[in-house]
Amino acid sequence: MASYSTNEFRGGLKVLLDGDPCIILENELVKPGKGQAFSRVRLRNLMSNRVWDRTFKSGESLEAADVMDQDMEYLYTDGEFWHFMLTDGSFEQYPADAKAVGDTLKWLKEQDVYTVTLYNGAPLSITPPNFVELEVVETDPGMKGDTAQGGSKPATLSTGAVVSVPLFITIGEVLKVDTRSGEYMNRVKSS
Amino acid sequence: MKSQPDWQPTATWAALKSRAQQASFVRDFFARRNVLEVETPVLGRCGVTEPNLDGVSAQISARGVEGGWLQTSPEYHMKRMLAAGAGAIYQISKVFRNGERGRRHNPEFSMLEWYRPGFDDAALMSEVSDLVCGWLNCPRPQTTSYRQAMIAWAGIDPFDITEKDLRQRCRQWLEPEQLEDLSRDGCLDLLMSFAVEPNLGTETPVFINQYPASQASLARISQVGGFDVAHRFELHINGLELCNGYWELTDVEEQRARFEADNLMRKAAGKPEMNADEAFLAALEYGLPDCAGVALGLDRLLMLKIGTRDIADVLAFPLERA
Repeated sequence: MASYSTNEFRGGLKVLLDGDPCIILENELVKPGKGQAFSRVRLRNLMSNRVWDRTFKSGESLEAADVMDQDMEYLYTDGEFWHFMLTDGSFEQYPADAKAVGDTLKWLKEQDVYTVTLYNGAPLSITPPNFVELEVVETDPGMKGDTAQGGSKPATLSTGAVVSVPLFITIGEVLKVDTRSGEYMNRVKSS
Repeated sequence: MKSQPDWQPTATWAALKSRAQQASFVRDFFARRNVLEVETPVLGRCGVTEPNLDGVSAQISARGVEGGWLQTSPEYHMKRMLAAGAGAIYQISKVFRNGERGRRHNPEFSMLEWYRPGFDDAALMSEVSDLVCGWLNCPRPQTTSYRQAMIAWAGIDPFDITEKDLRQRCRQWLEPEQLEDLSRDGCLDLLMSFAVEPNLGTETPVFINQYPASQASLARISQVGGFDVAHRFELHINGLELCNGYWELTDVEEQRARFEADNLMRKAAGKPEMNADEAFLAALEYGLPDCAGVALGLDRLLMLKIGTRDIADVLAFPLERA
């Protein structure tokens, strides 16, 4: 496996540290004019999501982590695994476990496309698109004509996610939701 | 859609104007003091032996000269001028240091370097203060010895701490296996960078002087308080190292020995050995007048002037956009 030396460190690089795949968030060179150079590196452990600060001597290297992002369509779950399929025409399927799916579970809709991060060929994490469109399956009755600011109520979406929506939203409507904040954006005209 | 390369300057026009004003200020400062502006090669036949400086190699091929190096500092060429009788000289030049890119570093940067025959380190520190405080309107620097600074901020005495205790102190930043092949000076550099430097010059600019003899580089050495110390100084403002000056070594045999010691350290660190610059040694042999010299980073001086922590804010095009 390839490795990267401190001179190659930069944001976005995926490396192995203490046996775990990590992504470099920041790399700062610290060096007295005539003295030994060090790299102060901030990394996020892709397994635990924890952020680590580490110091390296100039010239030290880290093994590259076999981590890559692929677009995949969500197919179905068998209760133990969630199955995804490459969208590149290969129809290759990958089962993701509950740990990999994590919080993305509440945004998973069949036939939608997700970013699947593979580590050594197996799903490590699933990232939803920034916006998803989901149907409301449960909410208090809508109040027709009330489009004024101020009021909101909870609505349960087809995936189980609960978002705060304006009072006029009714069951069966399709909503656009920002998955990063979990916020309601707008109604989507049904096709 | 194909993404466009980042083509615009990273610095604001105000910063780039300030850069031009800074150059005028510097030229005026030295003109008033009868210090002559000179130019020396940016592309030289030789690099440097300094164990912690890596040059950028060139591929010149002309009149039998092959290879070459972009200079890490104009020091050797300027000292050859001094030996040839130049008198007081200064230069604003581009210098190159491979691998150095960060918020305070760009591999290509602007250096102000000057030499004062007849000055010692104390006299030159005073002139550095005139220049820097004149431009930044800051209070004149205090002076703290390397030893005092290390005791105050790193909690160790750099001259008599044992290897074992020094390594133990470094465990705050490095794992034992990382410390195995780090030299004593490497450990001290770690403490200087991580424990000491961030605290230097935060209220008043501060000169650090009296470095351990092992970090003398091209400075002469003498005994102070029972320890061998180098006549070397650095100015720190707001946690930023701004310059590095020496009461210059003029002894050719000592210089040759230091080049050889440098190469031993390079070899130990797995770096290529560098040929000693024989033209520079010949000039020392002929006779370098007693002088003090200093190199000051102009990009960092400008960072302090406009109040930024990122060198990209004072460069039109840092490496990634160059």
